[in-house]
Amino acid sequence: MEIKMILNGRQIIREISPDLLLLEFVRAEGCRSVKRGCETSNCGLCTVLMDGTPVLSCSMLAARAAGHRIDTLEGLTAEAEEFIGFIADQGAEQCGFCNPGFVMNTIALLRENPDPTDDEIRQFLAGNLCRCSGYEGQLRGIRAFLDSRKGGKDE
Amino acid sequence: MNRQELNERSTYRSVGKCVRKKDAMQLLLGKPVYVDDITPRDALVVKVIRSPHAHALIESVEKSAAMKVPGIVGIYTYEDVPGKRFTMAGQTYPEPSPYDRLLLDRRVRFVGDPVAIVAGETEAAVNRACKIVRVKYQVLEPVLDFHKAKDNPILVHPEENWVSMCPVGADNRRNLCASDVCSENDVEAVLADCDEVIEHTYHVKACQQTMMETFRTYTEIDRYGRLHVISSTQIVFHCRRIIANALDIPKSKVHVEKPRIGGGFGAKQTVVAEIYPAFVTWVTKRPAKMIYTREECQIGGSPRHEMEVTVRLGASSDGTIRALDVYTLSNTGAFGEHGPTTVGLSGHKSIPLYTGNLEAFRFAYDVVYTNVQAAGAYRGYGATQGQFAVESAVNELAAKLGMDPVALRLKNIVREGMSMPAYYGETANACALDKCIEHCCSMFGWEEKFPVRVMPDGKIRSAGVAISMQGSGISGVDVGSATIKLNDEGFYILMIGAADMGTGCDTILAQMAAECLECSVDEIEVFGADSDASPYDSGSYASSTTYVTGKAVENACNELRENLCQLGASLLHCDRSEVEFFGNGVRKLDGTGEVSRFDLATASMVNNTIAVQTTASHSSPVSPPPFMVGMVEIELDPETGSVEILDYNAVIDCGIPVNPNLATIQAEGGIVQGIGMALYENVTYSKKGRIAENSFMQYKIPTRLDMGHLKVEFEESYEPTGPFGVKSIGEIVINTPAPALAHAIFRATGVWHRTLPITPEKILFGIED
Repeated sequence: MEIKMILNGRQIIREISPDLLLLEFVRAEGCRSVKRGCETSNCGLCTVLMDGTPVLSCSMLAARAAGHRIDTLEGLTAEAEEFIGFIADQGAEQCGFCNPGFVMNTIALLRENPDPTDDEIRQFLAGNLCRCSGYEGQLRGIRAFLDSRKGGKDE
Repeated sequence: MNRQELNERSTYRSVGKCVRKKDAMQLLLGKPVYVDDITPRDALVVKVIRSPHAHALIESVEKSAAMKVPGIVGIYTYEDVPGKRFTMAGQTYPEPSPYDRLLLDRRVRFVGDPVAIVAGETEAAVNRACKIVRVKYQVLEPVLDFHKAKDNPILVHPEENWVSMCPVGADNRRNLCASDVCSENDVEAVLADCDEVIEHTYHVKACQQTMMETFRTYTEIDRYGRLHVISSTQIVFHCRRIIANALDIPKSKVHVEKPRIGGGFGAKQTVVAEIYPAFVTWVTKRPAKMIYTREECQIGGSPRHEMEVTVRLGASSDGTIRALDVYTLSNTGAFGEHGPTTVGLSGHKSIPLYTGNLEAFRFAYDVVYTNVQAAGAYRGYGATQGQFAVESAVNELAAKLGMDPVALRLKNIVREGMSMPAYYGETANACALDKCIEHCCSMFGWEEKFPVRVMPDGKIRSAGVAISMQGSGISGVDVGSATIKLNDEGFYILMIGAADMGTGCDTILAQMAAECLECSVDEIEVFGADSDASPYDSGSYASSTTYVTGKAVENACNELRENLCQLGASLLHCDRSEVEFFGNGVRKLDGTGEVSRFDLATASMVNNTIAVQTTASHSSPVSPPPFMVGMVEIELDPETGSVEILDYNAVIDCGIPVNPNLATIQAEGGIVQGIGMALYENVTYSKKGRIAENSFMQYKIPTRLDMGHLKVEFEESYEPTGPFGVKSIGEIVINTPAPALAHAIFRATGVWHRTLPITPEKILFGIED
């Protein structure tokens, strides 16, 4: 079947098999940031944005994304770069395999709630598993970013 | 001190500083750096058909129909593979794990044991073929209960060509993978003389590492006709040997490299996925790739060894711990990977914690084969299991004597300068455990939090404590190496065989190199790990990299400084004794001339015979233990049995932390992993040996809502044999949560839970198992 979508700001038309998952589709399109960590929709590694809303690309057919806008981290580099340095300054990226899904969901969080509390951050990102960092450093990084935004660029 | 205080206090230029990880921004931006991102997408897809039976003999494999599926390239069974046995454990010569594997065997030994390898051009074709292959089994009675495995008439490895490579007490005719006993003084006599003897058995399950990137390997034939392997592995050199053994081809025909690794935790210290695509590529000469599903990781991976540890702890009524007798029964499952070695840590890294007044100890163990998933290496490596037992027993003693468990520990722990008979007679040259405990008490507020408090809503708040030690590399075994090279314009490349699996070893080794070479960390590029290009390194495991490879980096850099001085002296037309290295170059001691690093690099490439590249190898006769204390406050709901972690505080003595940020994250990550093991990560089997927890649906790992608030600080000590006074940090951090949580739960409920995980159901029903 043929699908049309906007992938990272670019309109594409592709012939696909109806049972192709969105995860496999975007990886084949070169969006290698999108990762698979499980088969049961539990880990959050494959998070992409559909029309701005985070979805698990492992649990969605590519066909369902037809007519929609899909964003992966490849297309949102500039937005991610606003805050990821603060996570790097904690060493909280660690192995990095969960990072793209976690960063995508953080982008969604910050768009929806530009000034979240620590508990709101934990709640929003609860579906993004990480086995390396123990989560605390990721939280410190996001908190440091939010504080720097409040305190101006000098902070 | 916390990480920021350490950073400010460090008198070094680079060591002790919170430097960003070299790969941080690439990882955070999701750049293609892992096996499946950087290898061709059109490689053959490799999968294995797995046994549905815990123990069976294959009678026949009907594959002709499956071979007709369009795109199928090959289906291989035990009849197609070499008959020489090998081990998949990544360990140094003489390999302690028995040679008990074949690539594919006629006898299948656990539910999930590979039966056939299927290779094809698309995943759909391979999946279809896997369903069509018909296997007839002669189903045999399995050995599923590890208590009944030793001397059971049913043998897991009856084969004649099973072989144990070194004397570890293994005997395949008794289902024994290893067995030993060691002691100091007469433990029975001291126990008989003790006022109190605590005797209990503690049970830790075969927990999974669950690194986010599953096992995966890409293989191809390179331009010289060699097998080129790109794999997510902690052990490129062991991996080369094991693949060559499995395929029965010369080691020279195999080249292994690792890109970035999506987590390891020891799982990737065993060659799990590599041999299957390697075999397909070697036979077909076509590129091949195997990517484990999460389910395969859960049922056919390399998890923690299930252990039952029986402790007899003898003490005086004043709390003097006089004797420890530890017996460990370890379940290695169907194969012996890391079986003979993990078990040793259950005693050798638990008993020495109480060296203070110990008059006698005994440590004995049996490691048995059973028909369940084979175990492997997992962060903590047996110390985790042993310390859950011994630390729980010490907490039980404190409760029985009505003593504060912190005071009890301060009375009995190992202290700096003590010789530790249960730790191979090594001396604790650097030990700030006492300071860690005192520091943690005040940081955590032990005095206020230890008393049990019933809250207005009926929930109960309580606290628990545990201490821990680990090692820093394997003494007298591990080899770390480093090559440092000066290049155009004066930048350096540090080449290592240790594997950064996300931990940041590339960065902390660069910090050490920058310290030695008096330059910035940014001027050190890091390359690794590659079995063709890297200097030999045992690999990243056993908490060895910082301590062992770090020393090799220091030595290599010092040698390079010397060579640069020689080159500089020749350029300055003077004697070597008249110059010194100063970071940006070499200068004359009398101040009359200097040559910059930039010019040294240029000169090294023109008419030069002095190597501006040096390699050093290091091995240590000792394995200095890091020490740690963990304290947890929980709120337990007596109506549901649920446990909420409020605060987890830890203070660690890892010598001098090379990068306080990364040391902190190691600790936080390990603590959360330990919390999962303590409270909900479980492995259970059906009556036929099938694992129930085969996905993240059933095998629950902690989310960011489950770990409360972590606070990690450090007490420094200076380990004289380590580079810059360092010890290790990677493994010790997983050990305290299980005993500390069991302690806190006892305080809240009055029930000791001696089997992990301690689930709400068990707490609610007060199941004391």
